[in-house]
Amino acid sequence: MQLSIGSILFFWPRETVYDFYQRMTQSPADIIYLGETVCSKRRELKTGDWLALAKELSGSGKQVVLSTLALLEAESEMKTLRNICDNDGLLVEANDMAGVQVLSEKGLPFVAGSSINIYNARTLQVLHKQGLKRWVMPVELSANTLGLILKDAARLGFADQVETEVFAYGHLPLAFSARCFTARSRDLPKDDCQFVCIDHPEGLAMRSQEQQPVFTINGIQTMSGDVYNLLPEVGKMAELGVDVVRVSPRISDMEILVKQFKSAMDGELTQIPVIAAGDCNGYWYGDPGMLTVPA
Amino acid sequence: MELVCPAGSFPALKAAVDNGADAVYIGFKDDTNARHFAGLNFNDRKAMKALDYARQRDVKLFVAINTYPQPEGWERWRKAVDMAAELQADAVIAGDMGVLGYAVEAHPDLALHLSVQGSATNYEALKFYQQRFNIRRAVLPRVLSLSQVKHVAQHSPVDLEVFAFGSLCIMAEGRCHLSSYITDESPNTCGACSPAKAVRWEQKGEVLESRLNGVLIDRYQEGENAGYPTLCKGRFDVADHIYHALEEPTSLNTLELIPQLKANNVKAVKIEGRQRSPAYVEQVVRVWREALDSYARDPQSFKADPEWMAVLANVSEGTQTTLGAYSRPWQ
Repeated sequence: MQLSIGSILFFWPRETVYDFYQRMTQSPADIIYLGETVCSKRRELKTGDWLALAKELSGSGKQVVLSTLALLEAESEMKTLRNICDNDGLLVEANDMAGVQVLSEKGLPFVAGSSINIYNARTLQVLHKQGLKRWVMPVELSANTLGLILKDAARLGFADQVETEVFAYGHLPLAFSARCFTARSRDLPKDDCQFVCIDHPEGLAMRSQEQQPVFTINGIQTMSGDVYNLLPEVGKMAELGVDVVRVSPRISDMEILVKQFKSAMDGELTQIPVIAAGDCNGYWYGDPGMLTVPA
Repeated sequence: MELVCPAGSFPALKAAVDNGADAVYIGFKDDTNARHFAGLNFNDRKAMKALDYARQRDVKLFVAINTYPQPEGWERWRKAVDMAAELQADAVIAGDMGVLGYAVEAHPDLALHLSVQGSATNYEALKFYQQRFNIRRAVLPRVLSLSQVKHVAQHSPVDLEVFAFGSLCIMAEGRCHLSSYITDESPNTCGACSPAKAVRWEQKGEVLESRLNGVLIDRYQEGENAGYPTLCKGRFDVADHIYHALEEPTSLNTLELIPQLKANNVKAVKIEGRQRSPAYVEQVVRVWREALDSYARDPQSFKADPEWMAVLANVSEGTQTTLGAYSRPWQ
């Protein structure tokens, strides 16, 4: 199994982003995804900057994948998408069907991100025929369902031609909207959002009136209130035939996290750490996502 | 523009047909559709009766098979598609690529509409579905502004349908897992959002609390209008401020935009609400029929009649309506 670092889902200052990737090239991660996937107004790095950074990182021996926006509405966003797909040589992660269309029309291979709705092997087969090389399982699916999808894919005769990736750590991306909830929290209209997401490097906590963490606001994206953590499940993932384990960037302690995951994947952690208090894993067990099921 | 109306039951279907629907949409009695609620929807016998009633009055019948099958459920979705084809439904509304692929292979003459659950918000995505599955029409998610709808329409390879009226999803449909994060059911997996089985009401002194799988969604003081605890419409605490952090309880009403929608080449408008009563369907369909006819008679002087708007506001969530993504503060 390989370890990947997902694209940064939050809005970080330019220097923080460069520093993050500098450090990640030194980490034991095998694959690095990068690019803006949440909001086209986030332009601390412009498309050209992301492309240049991707080129630079691809010299580090890691596989570099360019990630595209999940919710495309405006023509300017389509233009960015086409620019990214026109890059020479790097694999692209499509997070919307527009990306799948553009890449498959060019005959280019692609990764389908977790917001592409692949809930069964027939859908996976449709996309495989269009050039899908790897898919990230939708976050709400369970280990059991994943096993069944891969079994069906084997029966349909293409299981060995696609790689499966699982979102295994971080705040889960759960929904996308036309509305910006971070701007709304400041009483700002979306078209004058003043880029306030930059004040929240890990999003904005949305709690119940009893102070239970429910969701995390991240601009137009709504994420899980708790961190999803499948560290104790990496052995099971290997058994199921998962090829890539994804860790989603956090603002601190990423080196430690990546190391822990890598050690667990290599079977070197004799004692897998119990997941942190407050972390959740319900989806993996077919339960409500917010629950923590003992491994 | 075609008026597409919801029918969660045979009486609701009659109400829609009798009050001026051009098309009605139904679902079968299982999790193959996005309104999988107890007591709703049609078995094969009822569906046949519905079809007869609609056909005799020259109204089209669409069948929604618009959830995402997981491996164990595949046979149900396959059967649903076969049943819709057998009924000779005027179209199947689907979102899953596996389902669309099966439908186009097994029943090449069956018209396919891309469900809003397919989550196509741009013309490149629409091209994908048109080229692979020959879809004839797509229902757009409620995330686009008018100018964006116009742009999509100008480049779309298929006819477009937009939501006209009803409960408002604040998130791009088909890509919202909020419900399965709190409960174990979501629109994609089970055809349900904030399912009734997970709802609990608790009176605590003068305060009424609504909970979803134990999570406090809202608190109502005495005299406050308590709404169904759809989780995106509750009051939450963000940075020590308690408010409707995602959306107020409100319904979408685009009636005043009929001229713009028409000018933007929108081919059909859809009323949401297969979970609603026949009386609701009757009132909403009647108003929309009158409005569309009034526009057709005299496009230049079309105005949203205050009486229409009052009827619609009265049956709306929180008795208020919004233009949603069509209104400027959202963009």
